[in-house]
Amino acid sequence: MAKTTEELKKIASQVRRDIVRMVTGAKSGHPGGSMSSADFLTALYFDVMKHDPSSWRRDGKGSDVFILSAGHLTPVYYSLLSRSGYFPVEELATFRKYGSRLQGHPCVESGLPGIFQASGSLGQGLSAAAGFALAKKMDSDPQTVYVLMGDGECEEGQIWEAAMFAAHHKLDNLIGLVDWNGQQIDGKIDDVGGVGDLVAKWSSFGWTVLTCDGHDFEQILNAYAAAKAEAGKGRPVVILMKSDMGHGVDFMAGTHKWHGKAPSQEQCQEALSQLEETLGDY
Amino acid sequence: MKEYTNSGNKDTRSGFGAGLLEAGRQNSEVVALTADLEGSLKMGDFKAEFPERFVQCGIAEANMVGTAAGMAIAGKIPFVGSFAEFVTGRVYDQIRQEVAYGRANVKICASHAGITLGEDGATHQTMEDIALMRALPGMVVINPCDYNQTVAATIAAASYDGPVYLRFGRPSVPNFTPAGADFEIGKAYIMNEGTDVTIFATGHLVWEALQACKLLEEKGISAEIVDIATLKPLDVEAVVSSVTKTGAVVCAEEHNQAGGLGELISGVLAAHCPVPVEFVNGQDRFGQSGTPAELMKAYGLDGEHIAEAALKAISRK
Repeated sequence: MAKTTEELKKIASQVRRDIVRMVTGAKSGHPGGSMSSADFLTALYFDVMKHDPSSWRRDGKGSDVFILSAGHLTPVYYSLLSRSGYFPVEELATFRKYGSRLQGHPCVESGLPGIFQASGSLGQGLSAAAGFALAKKMDSDPQTVYVLMGDGECEEGQIWEAAMFAAHHKLDNLIGLVDWNGQQIDGKIDDVGGVGDLVAKWSSFGWTVLTCDGHDFEQILNAYAAAKAEAGKGRPVVILMKSDMGHGVDFMAGTHKWHGKAPSQEQCQEALSQLEETLGDY
Repeated sequence: MKEYTNSGNKDTRSGFGAGLLEAGRQNSEVVALTADLEGSLKMGDFKAEFPERFVQCGIAEANMVGTAAGMAIAGKIPFVGSFAEFVTGRVYDQIRQEVAYGRANVKICASHAGITLGEDGATHQTMEDIALMRALPGMVVINPCDYNQTVAATIAAASYDGPVYLRFGRPSVPNFTPAGADFEIGKAYIMNEGTDVTIFATGHLVWEALQACKLLEEKGISAEIVDIATLKPLDVEAVVSSVTKTGAVVCAEEHNQAGGLGELISGVLAAHCPVPVEFVNGQDRFGQSGTPAELMKAYGLDGEHIAEAALKAISRK
């Protein structure tokens, strides 16, 4: 399972190619946040998480669990699920199309393996993850529950209800990830929602807070290891993953403008020319 | 008419508490969550017997619903309890996304439903909750008529695999169905057979419908009384069969007109057997402070009003 940072980089490059091709094919979707979270999620699925795609079950018993609270990040999510073996990579071509199991936002109705919970209405995934973590504790199941939130998503009040709950119930088998890219649909977070000092906020809610460069695999792996080392210490852990929206393609990077926009065919080709094909396109 | 005896007024929320305890004894996966309303929801006995399966969520209903969904996916059977307004209207999106669309085996348990919550007034008196929950694909909606039926319905909800909305109330109301009877989700219970008019009632208005039945009997009118304990899925066959016989209908509920029992039954009748229908409900209003009895009278939900509505429906045949 363990991968070198070079191997992870190669996988992440292919994941980014998938993201660009999926949203181009669907003529819609959310490439920006998918690209900013691609590196640390690649590390999660290919190195950190204990999971077995061939025996996946929705109740997650005996397995680590990942919940995508920022449900619009389906391009990166579906790419990672298929690349780790949950379903054939060819199915990525059906993304957002009529009749596809790859709905615009994750759902459980379509029966796509690997998806524990529907998401898309922001601010709700941390609560579900906390419930999962609590149930694992009741069942003496030692595995970990991971959840990805956007930094803009932290403007939702329910995130903080859940943060308070998880700390109060000492859910130290819960690891939150925040894609800390500083952007949301309408612009920079500092200009739009003013979510403020996330380190101080999560700390004051009783969480152990780690930060790292969300595009540096060495730092990413160290942060995950540090987070896992906190397990059993009575506090949930959050890793704020400093990232760039649209990372990996120069004209998409560092702006909110690619939050929810598909590239044209020409832009797609330009983007792909910047991303090495490492595992074979679907 | 068939005789019903009130074995003593009891609050249906206590029926929920007793049913929850029994469900917990029958299945170790049953867990209970509340948002700072353990006492109001009568969860104390469950908590005392299964402290490790009781989850206090604090005053944070949205998180409570999401947490319950996560627990359900992990294999638990969560019963989430709060006041009806705060566990439906306040968290409609959480129920829609996490429970209904998320196909999570969560039981949404709503106490203090309707105006008979009483003195707290309109902020706490939801008359819209059935409409909200009915609108969700796959959601079962149960509104039992008394204490005993609430006990049985709670146990039945635990055995059913899927989202359930279970509605009950604060005031003490007559307890007249047999203790220990099984509750069948989706079944309409014929409380009294009659030939001139069918009165469909839900919740504690079933007792009021039985009072109306007596008043009508004095006038030589034979009323069929049907307890719609499950609003969704509706027992369409029982509805059509009764109305085909009687040809006139009253729908009685402690809920507003929009999306309630009356509109539900009317939809079935329009498709199968159109007949005159009269409505006894909160119409299109908010509640207000008062005693439950005062409010029942003021909003026209008591037996006398139901009997009047039945006469009107019959006159329109």
